[in-house]
Amino acid sequence: MIIPVLTTACSRPLSILDPAGVAATEAASIWWGLFAFFTLVFCGVVAAWIHALRRPPDGHLSEPQLHRVDSPQTQRRHRATIVGGGVLLPLISITTLLVLGIPAGNRMAGLGIDLDQALQIEITGHQWWWEVRYPDPADPMAPPVLVLRDTLHIPAGTPVRLRLSSADVIHSFWVPRLGQKLDMIPGHINELFLQTDEPGVYPGVCAEFCGLGHAHMKFSVHVHTPEDFVTWQNTAGIGGSN
Amino acid sequence: MADIQQTDPAAENRQQVLHQGLMAIWANLPGWGGLSAVNHTTVGLRFMVTGAVFFVIGGVLAMLMRSQLALPDNTLIDADLYNQLFTMHGTVMMFLFAIPVLEGLAMYLVPKMLGARDLLFPRIGAFGYYCYLFGGIIIMVSLFADIAPSGGWFMYTPLSDAEFTPGRGPDFWLLGITFVEISAVSAGVELTVSILRGRAPGMTLKRMPIFCWAILTMALMIVFGFPPLILASILLELERAAGMAFFKVSAGGDPLLWQHLFWLFGHPEVYIIYLPAVGIVSTLIPVFARRPLVGYGWMVFSIVLMGFISFALWAHHMFTVGIPAAAQAFFSIASMLVAVPTGIQIFCWLATLWSGRVVFSLPMLWLTGFLVVFVCGGLTGVMLALVPFNWQVHDTHFVVAHMHYVLVGGMFFPLIAGLYYWLPLFSGRMPSQRLGNWGFWLTFIGFNTTFLLMHLTGLLGMPRRIYTYESGLGWEWLNLLSSIGGFIMAAGIAVIVLDIALHFRLGRRAPQNPWQADTLEWALETPPPPYNLITIPSVDSRHPLWDKPALPQEIASGGHALADFSHGFRETFYTSGVNAHVQSIVRVPGNSWVPLHCALALAALCISLLTRSYLVAIVISVLSAALLLRWSCLNGAHPTASPDDDHHADRPPLHSRTQDGPGLWGVNVTLMADATLYLCLLFGWVYFLASPDPLLPAQMPLRTGLLWGLCVLMALAWLSYQRVVRRARSELKPDTGASLQMGLWLSCALGTLHVLCLIWLIMDSTLQFRELTHDAMVFFALIYLLFHSVLAVLITILQIQRLRAGYVGAHRPYELIVVSPWWGYTHLLAWSVLLMFVWLPALWLS
Repeated sequence: MIIPVLTTACSRPLSILDPAGVAATEAASIWWGLFAFFTLVFCGVVAAWIHALRRPPDGHLSEPQLHRVDSPQTQRRHRATIVGGGVLLPLISITTLLVLGIPAGNRMAGLGIDLDQALQIEITGHQWWWEVRYPDPADPMAPPVLVLRDTLHIPAGTPVRLRLSSADVIHSFWVPRLGQKLDMIPGHINELFLQTDEPGVYPGVCAEFCGLGHAHMKFSVHVHTPEDFVTWQNTAGIGGSN
Repeated sequence: MADIQQTDPAAENRQQVLHQGLMAIWANLPGWGGLSAVNHTTVGLRFMVTGAVFFVIGGVLAMLMRSQLALPDNTLIDADLYNQLFTMHGTVMMFLFAIPVLEGLAMYLVPKMLGARDLLFPRIGAFGYYCYLFGGIIIMVSLFADIAPSGGWFMYTPLSDAEFTPGRGPDFWLLGITFVEISAVSAGVELTVSILRGRAPGMTLKRMPIFCWAILTMALMIVFGFPPLILASILLELERAAGMAFFKVSAGGDPLLWQHLFWLFGHPEVYIIYLPAVGIVSTLIPVFARRPLVGYGWMVFSIVLMGFISFALWAHHMFTVGIPAAAQAFFSIASMLVAVPTGIQIFCWLATLWSGRVVFSLPMLWLTGFLVVFVCGGLTGVMLALVPFNWQVHDTHFVVAHMHYVLVGGMFFPLIAGLYYWLPLFSGRMPSQRLGNWGFWLTFIGFNTTFLLMHLTGLLGMPRRIYTYESGLGWEWLNLLSSIGGFIMAAGIAVIVLDIALHFRLGRRAPQNPWQADTLEWALETPPPPYNLITIPSVDSRHPLWDKPALPQEIASGGHALADFSHGFRETFYTSGVNAHVQSIVRVPGNSWVPLHCALALAALCISLLTRSYLVAIVISVLSAALLLRWSCLNGAHPTASPDDDHHADRPPLHSRTQDGPGLWGVNVTLMADATLYLCLLFGWVYFLASPDPLLPAQMPLRTGLLWGLCVLMALAWLSYQRVVRRARSELKPDTGASLQMGLWLSCALGTLHVLCLIWLIMDSTLQFRELTHDAMVFFALIYLLFHSVLAVLITILQIQRLRAGYVGAHRPYELIVVSPWWGYTHLLAWSVLLMFVWLPALWLS
């Protein structure tokens, strides 16, 4: 039953397990690594517990050992178990996770990519819709050259920099198949790096409870091939972007 | 009902005489008089039963939610009602079930395990119960009136602000929960002092049961962990009701400050819920493995370490809000490191089971369920601590699954294990086996069906807190199965409730110490009498009942201490902190109506604030203050407390005739909570000052010279009070009442002058607390100082009155000593306000 469920999981529009973007692919690999490792740890601990419950007591210890004082040898064994399982196993696991995870996180955040050259888009969350503004690349202070509602158009294969904020309450911008979410907070501008190499249409949701319309606050991201993106820009009347 | 059987008829006789004598002093009043009961057994049971009722209510709310989510595009429940349901489900389960039930279990068990007759502040415990009950009822009223809070149980701003939720819903939460928190903080103070100073003679810290270590840590975590929420709730309510601008962007505030303050409470909160479960598991496993716990020292270390680490994790709830990468890395590492104390605990238990001879039983079945569910939850927690993964699954059903695994696995399963284990103590009857097994398996299977699948639901992108979803996203089958699992789990809970209820009638009578346990609570008759132990034994090991199986009989036939009841008072020992040497005898209060009256007054205050009837609120505040101050008078040498000195060469002195006692430590621990609240205010202030381009007033809104002056006045008042205490304590030159009185009058006069100057300072200022966060915080700091200064003066006036009445004096300095820390705190506070709210910004921002 698990296999069919998992395979259908791999073809759902909001599925983290069906990544299409650079960041989402990193996150999905992280997930599978975590899942494999921790399933092993879980099975090991549960098996040890069940075995401990059922194993017969050592040799001659057939009566309750209420007054028991463990021999120094036994005490050493106990200490080794506690330190090995309770201190070393967690520390080693944690170090491994961080050594692999921190660089992955940096890649997902677009560190090392020159985001000043990326396509800039400003998105403001409202109750309960998405205001998408394309600033004039020549003069960011001027009014935007295009304003869309609940939809976003970006080119494939190049980094995009989204500047997120909110006009009212806290919202959160999330396109699960492309990358991580980032909150949109009034009084703050949060920047999200997004990049994908696969053209298509990707749905997005609001991921921070924002009131009555939260469940219906959706948007879609249209990822075009670079040529199609230029065509779209011309149609939208905003020719010549970076 | 198991009486303690004596072999010798003379011993039997003595036991009867002692029992009758003690019952006359300790029994609750009959009928409605039972509402005046303050002993820990009654109050603890009340907390647990009321908590169980709220659990069922919270469960019903969950079933309604699962019914709505079972099908896509379902129209059973609309968005508004669904939002109220999930908010109330979280609120009820976290504040009205989890904490109170564990507090109740702790209050019930701790004195019994410590070999004491009662906790050290019984009226505070009873007062806490009534605050919980009335606060809980007030919050539930909102649900039945369809105006329940609907912004999620963590109430993020700006959504919970007056602009976006203008109704009364959030006010019910802010005022009602703060009212309930009084019960949590008071339990925290009471348990801390009682565990540290109210043990049986000889029960050193190294001999104290692990359960008591866990509760001590939990209690201190409550003392430090609840004030951030109390402060945040007060600030948000002031913003909603009075327009003060703490979190408003337009005033220079930041909605993220609410999140920081909330999670500063919220993360320790879940460890506050988990640690008592660690205590329960550590108590049961040695008993069922028939051997002492492996790694007692390691266990204590891991419990205390967990208590500390849990305060450093809060921002792992905020990885997607845009905090700097370095901060995210810190919180990620710290969150993962909590796996170390958790691992130590699990391996101590494993080693104990492995090297013991395990007797299987219903409690052990539940503990096995605990292990499976909690370890799964803990591991998904480590996954969530890894920031890049968190960025994807935050605010999805993956988190909902994780949190239910750790909360249900880590608290509910051990709670039920403990319930079945201690059931023979509560009722004198054994639990069933058959029905109990059905209850376990239905709950275990139902729970895992609901929540295991939910991890996948989250990975498929389903966000939290949505009342419906469309089909075609891959969520339909998962939600339907989760909902079915919910009904199976509900059936399991129903079987457990039925099982417990039936066993009171049909359960086989339990023998003395049916599980052959080692801790002192099994030395009592079952159900336990309100005085616990007939006499108080000296303890010389960690396992008193294993080392001396005849101890119950010895205790019951008058073989140990405090056998004399002829004075008619409820007595227990006050001992030193580490080695439990007897220092004095505490005469704890008996049946009292004071807690109920004070809680009713505060409930009326809460309702008047909810309905925004401020004139009524002012009148009720004055009445409440009068009632509470009156309560403080019913102590020490007051005729209703313990008027005679009771000097005997062969007995320890009464605590109120010494210079140290529970009251002093109660005040000290309460001030730790108070100081934490102030530190959180400072955190918010520094957070504001450190923000990019903080919004400042055009000119200094306060007369700085006046602020200096009133700090100096407070310093003089404090010095005067200190002099009085020093002279009262000194035995070399016993002072006359008249000169002590003059010293107190001087303190009062200086304190009153300080208060008047402070009022003048506030009224004369140009603080724009509705338009500027800067001014709102300064204003709040000044009001907070004013509250402390006024109280200092009032309680000193009360001391003068008691001096004149002879309850306090050179030969009875105790109460003067108890009041002293309050003056010390207020004095430090005054200087701190000057330093932090006037000097610091001037230096930093110039």
